[in-house]
Amino acid sequence: MKNHSQWESSLFELIRRTSVDLPSDVEQAIKRAYTAEPGGSRGRWVLETILENIRKARNQDAPICQDTGTLCFSFQVPVGFDTNALAAVTRVAVAKATRMGYLRQNTIDTLSGESCPTNVAHGSPVFRFEQCARSTVDVRLIMKGGGSENAGRQYSLPDDRLGAGRDLEGVRKCLLDAIVSIQGNGCSPGVLGVCVGGDRCTGCEHAKHQFLRKVDDRSEVKVLARLEERILKESRLLGVGPMGLGGNATLLGVKIGALSRLPASFFVSVSYMCWAFRRRGALITTKGGLKRWLY
Amino acid sequence: MAILSPRRLIYPFTVEQVYSLRTGQFVLVSGLVFTGRDRLHKYLYEGGACPVNLREGAIYHCGPVVIREDNSWKVRAAGPTTSTREEAYLPRIMQEHGVRVVIGKGSMGRVMAKACHSAGCVYLHAVGGAAQVLADRVVAVKAVHFGEQFGLTEALWELEIKDFPAVVAIDCRGRNLLQRVMNSSARARDKLLESGEKVVS
Repeated sequence: MKNHSQWESSLFELIRRTSVDLPSDVEQAIKRAYTAEPGGSRGRWVLETILENIRKARNQDAPICQDTGTLCFSFQVPVGFDTNALAAVTRVAVAKATRMGYLRQNTIDTLSGESCPTNVAHGSPVFRFEQCARSTVDVRLIMKGGGSENAGRQYSLPDDRLGAGRDLEGVRKCLLDAIVSIQGNGCSPGVLGVCVGGDRCTGCEHAKHQFLRKVDDRSEVKVLARLEERILKESRLLGVGPMGLGGNATLLGVKIGALSRLPASFFVSVSYMCWAFRRRGALITTKGGLKRWLY
Repeated sequence: MAILSPRRLIYPFTVEQVYSLRTGQFVLVSGLVFTGRDRLHKYLYEGGACPVNLREGAIYHCGPVVIREDNSWKVRAAGPTTSTREEAYLPRIMQEHGVRVVIGKGSMGRVMAKACHSAGCVYLHAVGGAAQVLADRVVAVKAVHFGEQFGLTEALWELEIKDFPAVVAIDCRGRNLLQRVMNSSARARDKLLESGEKVVS
């Protein structure tokens, strides 16, 4: 790849920024949640600590959360752009960010149990490439911690236990069940990413894809937008609160997408994103120069 | 108003200190703590020798980001990891090593509540993800064990902390705050499903 060092420095800066500085839509949502908790409550104390943590991380140029998580890179590239070279230079930037302490040594060889010192290994980082009619590269990075990843769920409707049928009321039942069973374990208040439909694999992927949306936006599909609002409102009544210690702020947002499905399948895939919602993006020229930040 | 008047807990954690704590109280912990997560718990559970004395001590469920700078260790991030994964291992470890305090995050159920009751131990819930606030409360890195064997994330770090904030989630009587929140949220969900308007596609 030409301009290798330019690319490396732009991608490194993306990783650094993602790790230490939360996007403003997330920070604003946490501030709103903070003011909604009564003074002197545990919920307010948790959110105050969280807000202090966000400021400290930014000022001290240090990771918001010690769990670097899964590094999910989504690229939209011009037609014909060399994605192999792009993956290679991204791996170099990841190794550098790990060496410099912006990322934790967070990748384990599943069979041997050995820790990988660079976070570059089979399946890490995660890449998604899409060729588009465009002249720049759009790259987005989400860092998703293990605690929140473990909190994910997948339902197959109809579900007898929940009395959930193959309709949006059934989806609502799944989501309320998910919120109650996850409690604070994904580091609440977080965001639910949901996919209705798809298969077991694409459903999970599309659910995670929802995290590229801003916390305060609404689905363009009317019925989904209404369901998003309703679940968010109902989550407050469940009283799970920050870190599951009780309170109103159970979720910051609900993002629901839909994919087509097979006649025999009706999956509801739920992904959980913690309050440390590390999401950044950038437009980069084909020569590797940083054009502008997204979010 | 427990939040406004935090209780102070100072190592070594005596029976008297720990028994006076109640679920929901806000505490500030100071002194020595030992980090440990999945590999250490499995190792100790299987009878592995412990290089430190855990008696009247605290296990902190944490995999810190630590870097070597000017010949000393520097903690870059140190929030809690999910304790739920260690629940099965903890009763034996707490009993055999005389652990009095477990610090972490996330749900723990009947097994841990029972173990806290019988071992005279408390489970303190820290703020998940608050890696910087909590790293600031680490005043010194005393030693590291199993760094090579388990990797630096899973290693046992001896950390000196000061005024580390947490909430009592399980007390010595076996009362469980998180379980209580869980139960009431399940009731609230059932009420919403019974009385709420159905979603129309």
